[in-house]
Amino acid sequence: MSALLSVTDAHVSYGKVEAVRSVSLEVGQNQIVTIVGANGAGKTTLLSAIMGVFPLKGRVAFAGQDLSRLDIEDRVAMGLGLVPEHRELFVTMNVEDNLELGAFRIERSKAKASMERVYTLFPRLKERRKQFAGTLSGGEQQMLAMGRALMGEPKLLMLDEPSLGLAPIIVADIFRIVTELRAAGVSVLLVEQNAQAALKIADQAYVMELGEFVLSGKASDIAANERVAASYLGFQHEGASVI
Amino acid sequence: MNTTIMLFLLQDGITNGAIYALLGLALVLVFAVTRVILIPQGEFVTYGALTYASLAAGQMPGTAKLALALGIGAFAFDLFAARKALHGRLVLRSVLTNVVLPAIVLALTVHYAAQKPPVAVCIALSLVIVAMIGLFLYRIAFQPLAHTSVLVLLIASVGVHLALQGLGLLFFGAEGQRGPAVLSGSFTAGALRFTGQSITVYGITIAFIVGLWLFFGLTLYGKALRATAVNRLGARLVGIRTTLSGQIAFLLASVIGALSGIMIVPITTLYYDSGFLIGLKGFVAAIIGGLVSYPLTAVAALFVGIVEAFSSFYASNYKEVIVFMLLIPVLLLRSLAAPAVEEEKD
Repeated sequence: MSALLSVTDAHVSYGKVEAVRSVSLEVGQNQIVTIVGANGAGKTTLLSAIMGVFPLKGRVAFAGQDLSRLDIEDRVAMGLGLVPEHRELFVTMNVEDNLELGAFRIERSKAKASMERVYTLFPRLKERRKQFAGTLSGGEQQMLAMGRALMGEPKLLMLDEPSLGLAPIIVADIFRIVTELRAAGVSVLLVEQNAQAALKIADQAYVMELGEFVLSGKASDIAANERVAASYLGFQHEGASVI
Repeated sequence: MNTTIMLFLLQDGITNGAIYALLGLALVLVFAVTRVILIPQGEFVTYGALTYASLAAGQMPGTAKLALALGIGAFAFDLFAARKALHGRLVLRSVLTNVVLPAIVLALTVHYAAQKPPVAVCIALSLVIVAMIGLFLYRIAFQPLAHTSVLVLLIASVGVHLALQGLGLLFFGAEGQRGPAVLSGSFTAGALRFTGQSITVYGITIAFIVGLWLFFGLTLYGKALRATAVNRLGARLVGIRTTLSGQIAFLLASVIGALSGIMIVPITTLYYDSGFLIGLKGFVAAIIGGLVSYPLTAVAALFVGIVEAFSSFYASNYKEVIVFMLLIPVLLLRSLAAPAVEEEKD
């Protein structure tokens, strides 16, 4: 089976600074793939560039189609969804309007059912549906950002640091929902600083350092890797190199 | 001063203020969605007014030809932008909206101009012509610059204003024109006399404000426009094209401008360059509203209209000076109340 998303030899630059160098990755159908790495490794940049927010040199194909000439909006229509690090919600609009706009590219008849699904996934959002997005707590905002992206019925959902700044109990909730999404047929590309949690639910994993992938493989193997454990999981093995 | 004079001035101020309110709302809308400070708003006013007056007088307005010329330009821009991935449907859609539509309108204008059409036809044609000019101007002058800074957009905006004003002189000449009243007749209530035209101004302003409110509050496209104004990247991530929002904003602004012109021109003689000053008063209101608040802009516009009416009674030579001086205390207060807004990152 061919991969849903395949990125080949990708480079992303800010002016003269190359933030991502020669990166290749694949996300298969019904897979959770995670990219772990320290702050500033280029994970967010890579994710944004796959979505089309920054120009990317290299090849990005989604469902067998080349994305290089497509705008963000076209990529959304094809079934690519991004929940960005800063969430980018419509803060002066209520929860329901935010969700409704998530389905901007979807037939209106389907949008109602989508909204019910999102409310089932995130009951908290239903309670707060008339509240302004800007007045929600951090966790609720993260749920709304995910819900809004899901309204567009993505085949691949890209999550950028969904656990950032959230209480552990909410983080657990969000990771549980990510696995539920996989069961419902949505593939997930997850960028996380919380490598331990991410590796636990992921199928495949890539480790990113200074703009490059230094390791890749099955998530369970990566989690067992001593160097990764030392650098990202907070366990110190005897003699492990610390970067 | 007695009560009667005061009531007269208030009435006059509110009539003008209603029009400034519409213009101010359009300015806030365009700025929020596209970050363009729409200096050419005043030209939409004069183009609407003078196209209407010319048609009613049985003359052929040059604006119809301008719409076709700009449409062809917009089509060329579309073709150039899509040169790497041209496909038939895209080209067909672009030809239809940018070339065929203005060509049909031009033909209709030529047809009707010769026979002094009824007021309703004049209004409809003027609105469509100016709406197309607004839409095509966005495509040609602003869409290619959409990612640049507010300052660059402002410079483009001033350029468009100057170009349109020059073309206005070419199309309509240096002579002022007046148009026929949309609604004739009048009635008196106490000391005040309400003309059909002033009733039209109130009616249309209220209808437009209610219409905009419903559009933004209830429709998907209205919400999409608000979403673009609130968070441009967020809007793109749900698939709302910035260009679509920009087109809708410019379309609304040009229709509002033209409609204001059509409402003013039966009351006041308008010249090819009168629009600038009228638009500027809408701008004063929009600034008082901080370029973000619609209700504050509407209230400020009424205030501007009333101040203008009273100052033209007491010190008519200083009328404009007094109105524009309003800006200084407002800006001073705003600068104290709010921290400086940084230039947007995107």
